[in-house]
Amino acid sequence: MNNTAENLKETPAAESSTELTMEAVEKQLATLQSRIDVLDKKATEPKVSMIVFSGDLDKVLASFVIATGSVAMGMECVMFFTFWGTPVLRDKKKSVGGKDMMGKMFGTMLPKGTGDVKLSKMNMGGMGTTMMKSLMKKKNVASLEEMLALAEELGVKIYVCEMSMDLMGFKREEMIQYDGLEFCGVAKFLAEAHNSRIQLFI
Amino acid sequence: MADGINVTKVFDLKGLACPMPVVKVSKGIKEVQVGEVIEAHTTDPGALTDFPAWANTSGNKIVKTDQDGDVIKFYIERVV
Repeated sequence: MNNTAENLKETPAAESSTELTMEAVEKQLATLQSRIDVLDKKATEPKVSMIVFSGDLDKVLASFVIATGSVAMGMECVMFFTFWGTPVLRDKKKSVGGKDMMGKMFGTMLPKGTGDVKLSKMNMGGMGTTMMKSLMKKKNVASLEEMLALAEELGVKIYVCEMSMDLMGFKREEMIQYDGLEFCGVAKFLAEAHNSRIQLFI
Repeated sequence: MADGINVTKVFDLKGLACPMPVVKVSKGIKEVQVGEVIEAHTTDPGALTDFPAWANTSGNKIVKTDQDGDVIKFYIERVV
């Protein structure tokens, strides 16, 4: 500040208005600072928020490719599994009792974990999915199981929609063991999406 | 050592498909110090656009790209 004032005084024309200008400048600076503080609070983070709505092999795989890729790019990633995406996170080895009739029906009809999910197109009674899986192996594309493990290792957070769980009669005890898996509602997603630079619905 | 580039670590990512090359290289770059260079070999043609995109976003620098048949060689300097 002092330096600027001295510099200004060197030019005779500016001399008379120096005091006034300094005051005005300081006032403007304070206004700007407060506006920057507001903007800082609104600023988005380098984060990807994803809704995984689908429970198809191809779409879930794409979700995990983006999730792991985003961490590699130096971003954070949170995935929200809802509706048909929810059963993908069931653990094949776990089974729980105490479900009502509808819960049992959903439990039987919906896939139990990553190994059960089918292609959204060309499934052909499971033949297409089997062919795609062997093709993926041949072409060295990571399987859904491998992608899930990689996502966990990279610190991708997974949130599971509590409402979908309840609707389909899934219990927390039948979900996979995943570091960073939590159960939540829509507000959690919106809060994350609000601060994220990228939001996807898959 | 190639063209006076001092390579600290070499990563063989041949045969790996998207997103593995980028995932591995993002991990690999953290194994060297800032200023050091890693060499990554990949056979994924998508890497030609993916690696520069990754470097730009993560703030690292691709010093040199070589193509030897199907194998693409990247020399990447850790900047951050």
